[in-house]
Amino acid sequence: MKFSGLRVIKEALTGHKGWKPLWRDPAPKSHYDFVIIGGGGHGLATAYYLAKVFGKANIAVLEKGWLGSGNIGRNTTIIRSNYLLPGNQPFYEFSMKLWENLEQETNFNSMVSQRSIINLFHTDGQRDAYRRRGNAMKFSGADAELLSQEDLRQLAPFLNFDNARFPIKGGLRQLRAGTARHDGVAWGYARGADMRGVDLIQNCEVTGMKIEGGKIIGVETTRGYIGAGKVGVAVAGSSSRVMSMAGKRLPIESHVLQAFVSEGLKPTIPGVITFGAGHFYVSQSDKGGLVFGGDIDGYNSYAQRGNLPVVEDVLEGGMALMPMIGRARLLRSWGGVMDMSMDGSPIIDRTDVDGLYFNGGWCYGGFKATPASGYAFAHLLATDTPHETATAYRMDRFARGYVVDEKGVGAQPNLH
Amino acid sequence: MLIPHPLLGLRDAQEFTYLGDADLMLRPDPNAEDAEAQFAEYVYLRDNPAGLHRELWFHEQGDRSWLVVTRNTLTHEILSAELASDVKRKIGVAQ
Repeated sequence: MKFSGLRVIKEALTGHKGWKPLWRDPAPKSHYDFVIIGGGGHGLATAYYLAKVFGKANIAVLEKGWLGSGNIGRNTTIIRSNYLLPGNQPFYEFSMKLWENLEQETNFNSMVSQRSIINLFHTDGQRDAYRRRGNAMKFSGADAELLSQEDLRQLAPFLNFDNARFPIKGGLRQLRAGTARHDGVAWGYARGADMRGVDLIQNCEVTGMKIEGGKIIGVETTRGYIGAGKVGVAVAGSSSRVMSMAGKRLPIESHVLQAFVSEGLKPTIPGVITFGAGHFYVSQSDKGGLVFGGDIDGYNSYAQRGNLPVVEDVLEGGMALMPMIGRARLLRSWGGVMDMSMDGSPIIDRTDVDGLYFNGGWCYGGFKATPASGYAFAHLLATDTPHETATAYRMDRFARGYVVDEKGVGAQPNLH
Repeated sequence: MLIPHPLLGLRDAQEFTYLGDADLMLRPDPNAEDAEAQFAEYVYLRDNPAGLHRELWFHEQGDRSWLVVTRNTLTHEILSAELASDVKRKIGVAQ
């Protein structure tokens, strides 16, 4: 079933009776060449690229709940490639390029909207740091430009420019950044994978891994044993829990990150804006709600809900940045569980168990990475070599001293 | 969250800063043969359990004591809090 404008018109005229489910609901087979654990954005993208780009067959995605029931449906939908370090920026720019063609690629409306991101700076020192970051972005082929305060007054006159403590001096803008419809991303990849023969198996929780002679040969699940040639784990948030089935301890702590949405408002915020003097970022959804967030709560949690002190802290950041936000009513807040890694960067690597591969540690930056993460993980699963943009994301980088620490705060996950 | 401080009673978790797993008190022997591998594990690897977790909280805006708090990471329920110095004395870690 192909989506097109013509199809929408035809269905409208015939009572919408021709739409079919987007994917099958197959029973698990006894053996697959590739088993992906985790039916979220990254797992589904991995299966999609494995089938589409690397020509592999006999693939299953195992999901303990329903497809896209984890962080792919709980994030603040921002896509961007504005990193500093050489281990990170080319990977995120690769992701940005995949975002730009995602809807044509999957024939699914993921509502990718390149509405720009602006990171505000408040001091001369911060301006210099952002100029450097902008140059690093350009080295990877991404776009970046420095905006003056005058530029910003035109674009976003509601900002609190003359805040006595944190005056806004300007911003670093990436025009190609923006937002995407997070669930639509999962659905697009799921449909694309299903069309290429991938079995998407829901309500199928992995409860054990069968490892013999240092090689994984299958997984125990709530829907029975499933044999596997290769197993890829893409379950960020629950990585430690799943990998403990293979006896692994990870350089990861699970933390809760809260997000918020206001009531629907008329178009107000152009693109995504981040506060440089506190942790606060805001965009406006197509329905009109202001979508925003800030810091993680800061203690280990698997609860998918946070506490009030961080709610207060995030809203204070919002009030400092754009006092008019105080006039809007908060509609909802929710929490998601993040894999906070020891250097703030992800891991896409083999493990010392033959046939077992790991993808995780995405901290709170996993959504924007979805396409590249899936592509790079599929590359690794198919060829046993890392994708050229993901060579820094090795599991052993911590012991070897090659951490990719964007914020420079060391092995303290709640500060990344 | 309210943390039952053994000396000060129930205190708001906001007064504390969080470090992480209480096993961080068990620093490896720097003179051991495999000290480098032990320290890599100590610094970077975590159990990260879903359920009961013993963890270090510092009463920064209070009496500046370190506590070992036992908390359920699935529900945020706090079961107990002890002075880290007492815990250390019990397990006999020298410092």
